Amino acid sequence: MSAPVVDLPAYEQARRIRDGELTAVGLLQATLKRTEAVEGQQPSSRPYALDAADLEKVHAFINRTEARALQRAEAIDAALAAGEPTGPLAGVPLAVKDNFCVQGTATTAGSKILENFISPYAATAVERLEQAGAVVVGKVNLDEFTFGSSNESSAFLPPVGNPWNPAHVPGGSSGGSTAAVAAGEASLSLGSDTAGSIRQPAAFCGVVGMKPTYGRVSRYGLIAFASSLDCVGPVARNITDTALMMNVIAGPDRRDATAANLAVPDYLAQLDSDLEGMRIGLSPDYFWLKIFDPTTGVLEEQPISPEIEKAVLEAAELLAGRGATIVEDVPMPNTHMGIPVYFVISRVEAASNLHRYDGVKYGFRYGEDTGDLTELYRKSRGAGFGLQPKLRILMGMYVSAEQYEKGYYERALQARTLIRQDFERAFDPEGQYGLDCLLTATTPTTAFKIGAVYGDSVLMQYADMLTVAANHAGVPGISIPAGLDRGGLPIGIQLLGPDFSESRLLQIGRAYERATEDASWRSIRPIVVRNLP
Amino acid sequence: MTDYEAVIGLETHIQLNTHSKIFCGCKVDSWGDPPNTNICPVCTGLPGVLPVLNQAVVEKAMRLAAAMHVDRIQPTSYFARKNYFYPDLPKGYQISQYDEPLAVGGSLDVPLDEGESRTVTITKLHIEEDAGKTVRADGRRLIDFNRCGVPLVEMVTGPDLRTADEAAEYLIRLRQLLRWLEISEGDMEKGQLRCDANISIRARGETVLNPKTEIKNVNSIENLRNAIQAEIDRQIREVEAGRRIETWTLDWDEDSETLRKMRAKETEADYRYFREPDLLPIVITDEWEREVIAALPELPLARRSRFVEEYNLPLYDAEILTEERSLADYFERAVALYSGDPKHISNWLMNDVLRIIRSEGILASDLHIKPEHLATLVQMVQDQTITNNTAKELLDRVQGSGEDPAEIVERENLAQVSDESELRDLATRILDANPEQVTTYREGKTTVIGWFVGQVMQATQGKANPRVVKEVLETLLAEE
Repeated sequence: MSAPVVDLPAYEQARRIRDGELTAVGLLQATLKRTEAVEGQQPSSRPYALDAADLEKVHAFINRTEARALQRAEAIDAALAAGEPTGPLAGVPLAVKDNFCVQGTATTAGSKILENFISPYAATAVERLEQAGAVVVGKVNLDEFTFGSSNESSAFLPPVGNPWNPAHVPGGSSGGSTAAVAAGEASLSLGSDTAGSIRQPAAFCGVVGMKPTYGRVSRYGLIAFASSLDCVGPVARNITDTALMMNVIAGPDRRDATAANLAVPDYLAQLDSDLEGMRIGLSPDYFWLKIFDPTTGVLEEQPISPEIEKAVLEAAELLAGRGATIVEDVPMPNTHMGIPVYFVISRVEAASNLHRYDGVKYGFRYGEDTGDLTELYRKSRGAGFGLQPKLRILMGMYVSAEQYEKGYYERALQARTLIRQDFERAFDPEGQYGLDCLLTATTPTTAFKIGAVYGDSVLMQYADMLTVAANHAGVPGISIPAGLDRGGLPIGIQLLGPDFSESRLLQIGRAYERATEDASWRSIRPIVVRNLP
Repeated sequence: MTDYEAVIGLETHIQLNTHSKIFCGCKVDSWGDPPNTNICPVCTGLPGVLPVLNQAVVEKAMRLAAAMHVDRIQPTSYFARKNYFYPDLPKGYQISQYDEPLAVGGSLDVPLDEGESRTVTITKLHIEEDAGKTVRADGRRLIDFNRCGVPLVEMVTGPDLRTADEAAEYLIRLRQLLRWLEISEGDMEKGQLRCDANISIRARGETVLNPKTEIKNVNSIENLRNAIQAEIDRQIREVEAGRRIETWTLDWDEDSETLRKMRAKETEADYRYFREPDLLPIVITDEWEREVIAALPELPLARRSRFVEEYNLPLYDAEILTEERSLADYFERAVALYSGDPKHISNWLMNDVLRIIRSEGILASDLHIKPEHLATLVQMVQDQTITNNTAKELLDRVQGSGEDPAEIVERENLAQVSDESELRDLATRILDANPEQVTTYREGKTTVIGWFVGQVMQATQGKANPRVVKEVLETLLAEE
């Protein structure tokens, strides 16, 4: 039996549409039908009750933009029929994480405070994707302002369920993106990654997620969390689609001063080259986790899940079989500081970035007319923000206050430099290791149950401990599906490379994909789509 | 009674006259525009937007830095976020500079009376974005975001000024410099130059700095002078009465000419400054800095001194001619084309040309009377080809038409009559026709000669050389 059209790779969908074997409207309708089948009740900011059927659903979309999508799809079909040029993604259904501005659509960032904000402009990445022909089918859920690793902190509930087991979280904060792509509700999704927010949910949902080098993709139009860490990147079901999407979104942008002024290679061109001469590193610091006990400050060690460890080591062997040299025992000694440093830096930036939501200009305003300005601020922010933004504002304000700033913020910046130096040492072509990339697990565990971790902000944060260092260092990383655990939940492995080495990471990822083409787990589909007609 | 002196420092904000705003493409000049018409997602801080630095802002700020003789323009400086809540600050933070400003150190010499001058230091010079404007109407706050993102330079002086007049003089000199460098119009009433003053007093001879008050919202140099003087007087009264000066923030009420207490300043606000992650550091290469310095015009005070030395002008003339750069340029161009004493050009400029400039509200460079026209005109007066009166009329005509004054003189035969025999015939006829006045003169009331001169001038339609006319008349009247 051939795969349903919605589960085909995006590049194949685009080819069929270009070649006239499929129409954009046809693919859109199939996608909407899939969405109808798996989505369940639409998340909202109102209280909700789950019936039994809803426990099996995905709840990925905050807003579906069907009418707008249909117009776009019709326009693409018309352009194709008229022989006019379309883009490389013509007709491909795209889900956009709801922290990106899409012109004329609600953009909530998963927060009540932006519930009624309609963006009058488009994010650069969204604009480029639409110009390339992608059809935005809707805005997908996320942790409120991306503050979380499970999607449970969104103001729009019920929370997103993991398509492989909806009682489990999809990860976060781009959990809506990875769940939608895994479940065939979209073929591609645009996500953002501040500590692992693309890679961790990609691992949890069994899809590919890439965090490009800081500056590779414009942040213009991405609602900021921590500006010096935020990266925009693709979520897809395979490496080729990821490369295809990178081709569209990467590149300089005159609206983002931090977007690198550097030409973009064709990420598809080198995909199938072999790995001869590549040096891939394994680091003990990514197998043994050092976690500070939040109350005592004592550093405790624990291993990552053995099943995940096994997947990483198997991947190393497979890549060695394709010509790569595996370098063991690469020290990354400052990895354990990633989360504590992140707690400080991200929250200082977040507190400042959240200042603009004040009930004055747009978004949620408490009550109508209060004569008192402070009251307006206090009530609008008090009722508009959920728990996570409040916690992060408090902590951010605390560690950047004049009397504490030296002890926290400045030290965190210094530690961030040390983390960066770990990578520079490992990737230095003249150095002892000379690595092309590090191979690690993406996450210490597979997807946990909804409700199991939420509420413990520190423990939740540790879901990002293998991914956050790349954000501090600014280097690119990619999470690739690497099998299922005993519970049938996806395992992700991660490749981390030097600045602007996305091509190489995609090439290595593709080599792994080819090496596992016939693996039995590849034929297993997410539970939510398994019994569909 | 103790002899007191005031210690005054000024915090100035200068609006740069770039075409577009500091971080977006909206235009800077919103004067007279309806509220919220020069705005975009970036300057109104919509979710997801990012700032992009306008390089012209850096360049203009560098010119000011060089003219303020800063210790150094920093090769690398950084933007920082100044976090605070206010409705007209749409992002909830102002993008400013903090620990690593564009330039550090520097000073401006302010000439005082009798050739003395006061060196006013600045500790640093930085660039930042302006906030919007809050207007209160009918019990509501209305916000105009037009001004959001307008580029500002902030300069804070040391506690170097001693009197209200000195403070006013500093602002006058600063405004002159801004216009001279063509980086701001420096119009205080339009908010292009803003100034807050910090004031304390102490017994003359002491070196301590006493608690100070801050005066805000002063919108003209005259008001600043009055406000500072009022505050100095108030502080002296307080201290004399045995009371302490408290660190208040004061507001100058223009209408009643009084100071109003806005708030007691107890603790400094914590703005939680940190480096702006959305912008790259400002990197200024040696080459760029050299280019900016090389393109810097001779500064007003230096030019004033040179005018005194090189053209032998009185300081008074040099001061007026260097008030504004285009006038100084005009003067030097005219002098270069004129073979006589530069003072002649100066006289014509200061009296007649400046009158035209002021009445038309234009710059010297906008005049239709070009420097070569003025040089020709003054030359013709000095050669006695035309009379003063003719020259004055010509000035207005040339300003109207832009025609070469020499051509008008030629065409309309305006050259003055200096031929004595011609004038003698004319004068004889006038004396013969007015025997009564002749008698009056001869009886000793010689002032009546002026009346005769006037008659001759009238008969020649102003073309006669009045000096020659007078000589001829005197000779004839003496002859009997």
